[in-house]
Amino acid sequence: MAGALINVPASARRGEIIEIKTLVSHPMETGYRRTQYGTVVPRDIIRQFVCTYNGEQIFRAEFHPAIAANPFIAFTTVATESGTIAFLWTGDNGYAVAESVKISVA
Amino acid sequence: MRVVGTVALLCTLAVPVRAVEIPPAERRSGYEFMSRETRAMQDDDAANPAMLWVLEGEALWARTAGAGERACRDCHGDARSSMKGVAARYPAFDATRGRPVNLEQRVNACRTERQKAPALAYQSRELLALTAYLGRQSRGLPIDIATDARMKPFLDAGRAAFNRRQGQLDLSCAQCHDDHWDKRLAGNAITQAHPNGYPLYRLEWQGLGSLQRRMRNCMAGIRALAPEYGSAEFVDLELFLAWRARGMKMETPAVRP
Repeated sequence: MAGALINVPASARRGEIIEIKTLVSHPMETGYRRTQYGTVVPRDIIRQFVCTYNGEQIFRAEFHPAIAANPFIAFTTVATESGTIAFLWTGDNGYAVAESVKISVA
Repeated sequence: MRVVGTVALLCTLAVPVRAVEIPPAERRSGYEFMSRETRAMQDDDAANPAMLWVLEGEALWARTAGAGERACRDCHGDARSSMKGVAARYPAFDATRGRPVNLEQRVNACRTERQKAPALAYQSRELLALTAYLGRQSRGLPIDIATDARMKPFLDAGRAAFNRRQGQLDLSCAQCHDDHWDKRLAGNAITQAHPNGYPLYRLEWQGLGSLQRRMRNCMAGIRALAPEYGSAEFVDLELFLAWRARGMKMETPAVRP
C-alpha cells in the first residue's frame, strides 16, 4: 500500500502562508473491537505525527484510538526559506513512515 | 368501518407497486446526496483516501507478475492514455465466455491468461488498487456500456433481479432505489443506487470497496442471501445498474458516507 500522500506547494513567496495536506495509509485499529469469536483485536494505531521544516519542528500531533483509518491532517505554516519539509508518522508495532518534499521560496 | 379501513390498508400494502424507472433528467449521483464535508473529501485528490489505492494501482500496473514475467504496462502501455474510458464501458461482452464480464473479471482474465499469474481475490487490496487505478482513468467520462443483441439477455436478467422481491423483508432493489430514492432510511439518504463511483472509499468501511461489496450490504439489509462475489447474477445486476446510469459521469474513486 502506498505509504502517504503529501500535498505542499512546490514554490511560494517568502512570508506566504502555505497549506500542507497529508494523508497516510493506516488501519487505526482501536483495540476495543472484538472478533466474532470474542477475542480482542489488538490495538494498532499511529501514536505521533511530526512535521519539520529544515529540521525545525513546526507541527506535531498525538493520535488516539478514536481517529479514523487513513488519517488526513491539514495545517498551515509560513514559507520562510527554501528547503525540505519532512514528515514522520510513528506508531504501534514499530510503525514508521517518513516522507519529505522540497519547497523553493523566493 | 375500522375493519374495512384496515382491510383496505392491508390490500394497499400487499399489492406490489409497479416500480417506475427514474427519468434521465431526474437521475442524481450519490454525490448529490452527500454532506458538504464528504463532497470536499471526494473533490480534493489530496484529501481523498481512495487515492492511496490509486497510487498502489499505478505501481502494480508497472510491476511484472506471474510466469509470463509481464506487467500490465508491457502490453497496454501508459494507462493514462490506453485505459481512458475503458472502465466506463464495463461490464462488457467477453466472446470466449459468451457473457458479460465486469472489470474485476477482466483484470483476472488478463492475469491468468496473459501474465500466467494467479487470479486476485475479490476485495483483495491488489484487485481494488488495480480497478481503482483503471476507474480513475475514466473519471469525468460518461458510462457507456454496449447494449447490442448479445448483451440483451443479460441486461434483461439484471433488470429482473433488480425488480425481484427477495429476502425476509421481501423487498426489491427497485422499491427503494426507483420508488423511494428521495426519502431517508434510519437517517440516511436512500439514493438512486448508481454505480458511477466504484470502487469507492466508504467512510463506514474505513476502506475501499467494490460495487459487489456494496450490493451485498444492501442484500444483508433486506435479509436476503447474497450471491457469491463474481457470480453471473451479480454481473448481470452490475450490467443493469450501468445501463440505468448510462451517460452519467464516472467519479471513480468516489467517497461515500
